Amino acid sequence: MSKIHVQATVNGDSVEFLADPRETLLDCLRDHLDLTGAKEGCGTGDCGACSVMLNGRLVSSCLVLGVEAEGAEISTIEGMADGNELHPLQRKFIEHAALQCGFCTPGFLVAAKALLEKNPDPSESEIRFWLAGNLCRCTGYDKIVRAVQDAAAEMRGAA
Amino acid sequence: MRYHAPATFDEAIAIAAGASGVTRYLAGGTDVLVQLRAGMVTPDDLIDLKKIPGTHDITRLPDGGWRIGIAVSGAELGAHAELVADWPGVVEGMELVGSTQVQGRATLTGNLCNGSPAADSVPGLVAAGATVTIQGPNGTRELPVEQVPVKPGKTALEPGEIITAITLPARGKSAGDAYLRFIPRTEMDIAVVGCAVSLVLDGDKVTAARISLGAVAPTVLLVQDCADAIIGTTLDDAALDKLAAAASAAAKPISDKRGPKEFRVDVAGVLARRAAKIAYERAKA
Ligand SMILES: Cc1cc2nc3c(=O)[nH]c(=O)nc-3n(C[C@H](O)[C@H](O)[C@H](O)COP(=O)(O)OP(=O)(O)OC[C@H]3O[C@@H](n4cnc5c(N)ncnc54)[C@H](O)[C@@H]3O)c2cc1C
Ligand code: FES
Ligand code: FES
Repeated sequence: MSKIHVQATVNGDSVEFLADPRETLLDCLRDHLDLTGAKEGCGTGDCGACSVMLNGRLVSSCLVLGVEAEGAEISTIEGMADGNELHPLQRKFIEHAALQCGFCTPGFLVAAKALLEKNPDPSESEIRFWLAGNLCRCTGYDKIVRAVQDAAAEMRGAA
Repeated sequence: MRYHAPATFDEAIAIAAGASGVTRYLAGGTDVLVQLRAGMVTPDDLIDLKKIPGTHDITRLPDGGWRIGIAVSGAELGAHAELVADWPGVVEGMELVGSTQVQGRATLTGNLCNGSPAADSVPGLVAAGATVTIQGPNGTRELPVEQVPVKPGKTALEPGEIITAITLPARGKSAGDAYLRFIPRTEMDIAVVGCAVSLVLDGDKVTAARISLGAVAPTVLLVQDCADAIIGTTLDDAALDKLAAAASAAAKPISDKRGPKEFRVDVAGVLARRAAKIAYERAKA
């Protein structure tokens, strides 16, 4: 099986990798680029643990082929903090104890950030609807929703 | 598996026509990749259509209709205010497909060509009178959406044929459409029944209507008896009763884990009634 050379931008950095056409973008991020923040919970688009931004859209990276990423701009959880400075969402998830095992957390953070960029003041039901494709097996969703609301309020205050 | 990313439809058709094994086209990949990962379908040739220029465009046609590129995602469709104003039912059907993440990728054409009887965007397209443009080794043809699926998982496309665009007719004045589905959860589930209604009014009176049912037969249904039940009426209670009865009569579902036959027959009538009321209100607005 011949591999395909792929060039893309990940978190602002130009990257290159060799992908088997069957490998997903998630496989490529994790196994070729050592970006292991995005997780594989299901591999079938149901859980959102693999959420990344692809050309400005929130997607499940398990449902994208690595070879499709040619020329694409990708952002992952690894690009969320600014050096040692956590993003407000990351801080609020910690403050509200919105995680237990943490497996779902990168996906929730990437998805929540995409929501707040589109809608800085979402209602609770808008948050729940937007995050319906992100599953958490341990924390329950109330703390996650509250963390997102609190981060949104702080970000609106700062703006 | 060979991955191809052709730059034109002609090139894509040439690849498909020359392929001897299992061939799949790649739009949003939300069906293709799930089937690949599950080992259900491993294509020998996978032809990515998203790099073809124009496939991401939504264009207003000179007659007031719309041409929707085959790579337009649900998220892009929902963000197009003018299209949403014309065809809210078509758009809400597509927006019910999957999560935010799935919306970032999934397309109308993929939903149609995957061939699921429960595909959520298809009844809305059928009620709207949408057509697809098909290009293949023997030229180009146009087909109404309701003629594309022929049985679960199978379409009327011949080997080497590709859908190159979906066309929605001009909406015109005093017209509205709506799509409703029943699922046991509030989102992220497969339709037990789906129903789309599109209608045109003259004053309070319905002058034209198309009603479509999903998930209650091997393929999507366009039900003329439902249209006849409300054309010429003001959608009063008697007309709604006739509509619901016609929808239930047309529904020929199977019983499965998502719902028994009797329940689906009943729900088809309930959804037809509700969707018609919403379409009517939208036409009045
Ligand atoms: C988590 C999850 C939830 C989902 N929820 C729903 C739901 O609620 N309702 C629903 O209806 N579906 C749902 N789906 C199924 C899927 O998302 C939809 O069917 C989607 O619209 C498929 O579009 P796509 O662009 O991703 O198709 P792809 O996977 O790219 O393609 C699907 C099929 O269409 C063919 N094809 C694509 N483009 C063309 C073309 N231009 N010409 C000819 N053939 C073509 C391909 O060969 C393939 O067989 C869900 C999927 C997932 C993973
Ligand atoms: S791993 Fe991608 S959605 Fe679950
Ligand atoms: S914290 Fe464990 S899955 Fe969400």
